[in-house]
Amino acid sequence: MEIPYTIETRHDTGLYNAKLGIWLFLASEVMLFGGLFASYILLRTGASEWPHGSTYLNIPLATLNTVVLIASSVTMVMSWASLMMNEFKKFKIYMGITILCGFLFLIVKYFEYSAKFEHGYFPSNNTFLAIYFTLTGLHGLHVIGGIVVNSYFWGAGSKMWFFQPKRFTNRIEIAGLYWHFVDLVWIFLFPVLYLL
Amino acid sequence: MEHSNIQQHIKKYFYVFAALMVLTVITVAIASFHLPIAIAVTLALIVAGVKGTMVASYFMHLISEKKTILIILAFTIFFFLGLLFLPTLTEIDSISRNVS
Repeated sequence: MEIPYTIETRHDTGLYNAKLGIWLFLASEVMLFGGLFASYILLRTGASEWPHGSTYLNIPLATLNTVVLIASSVTMVMSWASLMMNEFKKFKIYMGITILCGFLFLIVKYFEYSAKFEHGYFPSNNTFLAIYFTLTGLHGLHVIGGIVVNSYFWGAGSKMWFFQPKRFTNRIEIAGLYWHFVDLVWIFLFPVLYLL
Repeated sequence: MEHSNIQQHIKKYFYVFAALMVLTVITVAIASFHLPIAIAVTLALIVAGVKGTMVASYFMHLISEKKTILIILAFTIFFFLGLLFLPTLTEIDSISRNVS
């Protein structure tokens, strides 16, 4: 059985189904992170004192990670643009760089977490560290999820390009929307946790 | 999106990338001034808001997206703001009591 509306758009939504699906999913993700941001505001405004992020956290490393993640968003959108121009090899290169940037982000995060644990900083220490580990941990899981999906499309999943190129291009667009969202969340997490 | 337009879009992606890099530097620079917390929070959220809007508009193509998605996002923003103000709303009676 053929799945409908993978390429052609529906009359009522004006979209192919996957795009509507990913946006509904991203809407739910906004609420997930929104709930945690609301908790952060409640906990911070209710606290008698709150440490500046730099007390515990490494700003240069987080700045590096911000640059890495933004760069990966550019290579992600370029991988989609390459498919739109029928350049499959370029897609492979750009998607490969996107995946590598994802890994680089996680490696930097690993060093950050290790340094915290070595100093004896754990989520149980105080409210700031609890919210820091919760938010960055959840964000890190999203990066891992993105890497898994992107790696599939870079590897085995990319075979689809040779028999359904338009459908594959749409898949990359959808994976890209998710990846940009993960970038977007970090753009807010970085100043909120590290710089304020 | 038409194939002929894609080259122009690619140019835009790199302009946006440059702008995001500059704004990241600005975000870190603002923090190094150690401004009063209310001003620091406001400035940080404005810069993050601009960066987020750029990612959503250009990388996620919201600037030219179909109405269906914009409607979904309008609902999302409404409920998201509801979530953010929920902590304040639960205390609104005690705030007004303190004021009077």
